Amino acid sequence: MRTDQLKQGLTAPICLTWELTYGCNLACVHCLSSSGRRDPDELSTAEAERVIDELAAMQVFYVNIGGGEPLVRRDFLGLLDHAVASGVGVKFSTNGALLTRAMAARLAATDYVDVQVSLDGASRSTNDAVRGEGSYAAARRAMDHLAEVGFGPFKISVVVTRDNVAELDDLEALARGYGAQLRVTRLRPSGRGAATWRELHPTAGQQRHLYRWLSARPHVLTGDSFFHLSGLGEPLPGLNLCGAGRVVCLIDPVGDVYACPFVLHDQFKAGSVRGPGGFAAVWRSSRLFEELRAPQSAGACASCGMFDACQGGCMAAKFFTGLPLDGPDPECVLGHGEAALARVAPGAAPSPGPGHSRRAPAPGGVRPPDPARLLPVLPGLPPRSG
Amino acid sequence: MDATQPTTRLDPLDHPAARAGTDAEPGAEGDLVEEDLVEEDLVEEISIDGMCGVY
Amino acid sequence: MRGLLTAPEVAFDLERRYALHPQVALRSEPFGALAYHYGNRRLTFLRSARLVELVRGLDRHPSAAAALDALGVPDQDRTRLRRALEQLEHAQVIHPLTGGDRCAPTS
Repeated sequence: MRTDQLKQGLTAPICLTWELTYGCNLACVHCLSSSGRRDPDELSTAEAERVIDELAAMQVFYVNIGGGEPLVRRDFLGLLDHAVASGVGVKFSTNGALLTRAMAARLAATDYVDVQVSLDGASRSTNDAVRGEGSYAAARRAMDHLAEVGFGPFKISVVVTRDNVAELDDLEALARGYGAQLRVTRLRPSGRGAATWRELHPTAGQQRHLYRWLSARPHVLTGDSFFHLSGLGEPLPGLNLCGAGRVVCLIDPVGDVYACPFVLHDQFKAGSVRGPGGFAAVWRSSRLFEELRAPQSAGACASCGMFDACQGGCMAAKFFTGLPLDGPDPECVLGHGEAALARVAPGAAPSPGPGHSRRAPAPGGVRPPDPARLLPVLPGLPPRSG
Repeated sequence: MDATQPTTRLDPLDHPAARAGTDAEPGAEGDLVEEDLVEEDLVEEISIDGMCGVY
Repeated sequence: MRGLLTAPEVAFDLERRYALHPQVALRSEPFGALAYHYGNRRLTFLRSARLVELVRGLDRHPSAAAALDALGVPDQDRTRLRRALEQLEHAQVIHPLTGGDRCAPTS
């Protein structure tokens, strides 16, 4: 596959992520978007519909809706219907707490909708340590609802951490039990993940195990998020390259466009859908995306035989650990990233900032789960202000 | 990367395919076939899940 | 392994009339086109502008062979394009029209 053709950019993203709101009823310790509080400037329903109209005009095939928790928005179903009616497929990601049986039935009756439920452990204790007390139960309830209404195959999406690598087989069994697809993705040091990455990211040994485990299971989806492991052998299925600004991008809740959901930082902001040319102008001619679509320097990795396979790894992982973008990934399979990390001065890594977290994270360490975080399951109500 | 593909790659800008342009002219694809060590398919399927940077 | 297509079991019939599958969106790109099937969620790359033109015009001709003729495809390139059509049928991007069809079926 001549991925260099893809690297030079497309007339529209193949798919893109659209975070509908920064509001969330949970407070996961690794949240890539530092979600919690709604932003007062979030796109209105009318603005969101215009974005959908633009995506349809550009022939974007489908949009990944996330957040925050998208179901927190009262206009979620209306926007969903608008997208589907306009020919834009929707896959949305949810923690499940607001996915009632009624909502599940409504989704089952809507065409071209895929659902992805987030879960970070096969056991309640492993999951809730990261996502908060009650979150495992809420996710399982949502899955039960989807099964009860005959929704069909949905996805279970897991962020791989040091603590849940041991539960991969159980997660696979869980998915099989529901007739669901398992999706495992990489933990990036993004959002609140910046503060918890060192403790939570898999060890080198665990990554090698994960690579072998995935290689033997082509039915397990990965969102191509493990292409940095391609140096370990045959590449895993997928494009095996960083899609940011080339194949994918992010629209955030206030309409800002970023290269990908894992780089919510001014350095990777391409523009705004509220600008004069809308989303299309940003996708096609923003300076950031033009730069990302130009041939990238291998830099320090140029002499490494693995570069062709790993492409230097993930931009977001390098950026938020303070590593240069033209050097090794922090989880480089040859250990070059680990060596480079040791040279990063304390405090030198760019900060994602507090974002929309409802409480500033404790300095260092993993935040303990807070039972007060989980809101009652009442669809349609806005989250607690704060 | 396929085991059947060459292990070294030309810089994309130096590749004959890039120089010839992407608009196929009559006979242009015939030229490309001769230059490739392995004839590449004109059709390839990619997993829709297979692109990084998606939620 | 990157590609998902395997060799189709049935050889492509050039004498049949084909059309783009009604659930497929075909989007032009600098390298050719992307085809997305809304039913089975499959994404297919078409890496040739000429192939794209061929696919877009398929249903305007009584057969795939006639479509190739109309495009002026020289003999040495027909095998490659035929293989491409075969793969596209296998991926359900194109499908054969039954006799008398003027429009593609709705499902």
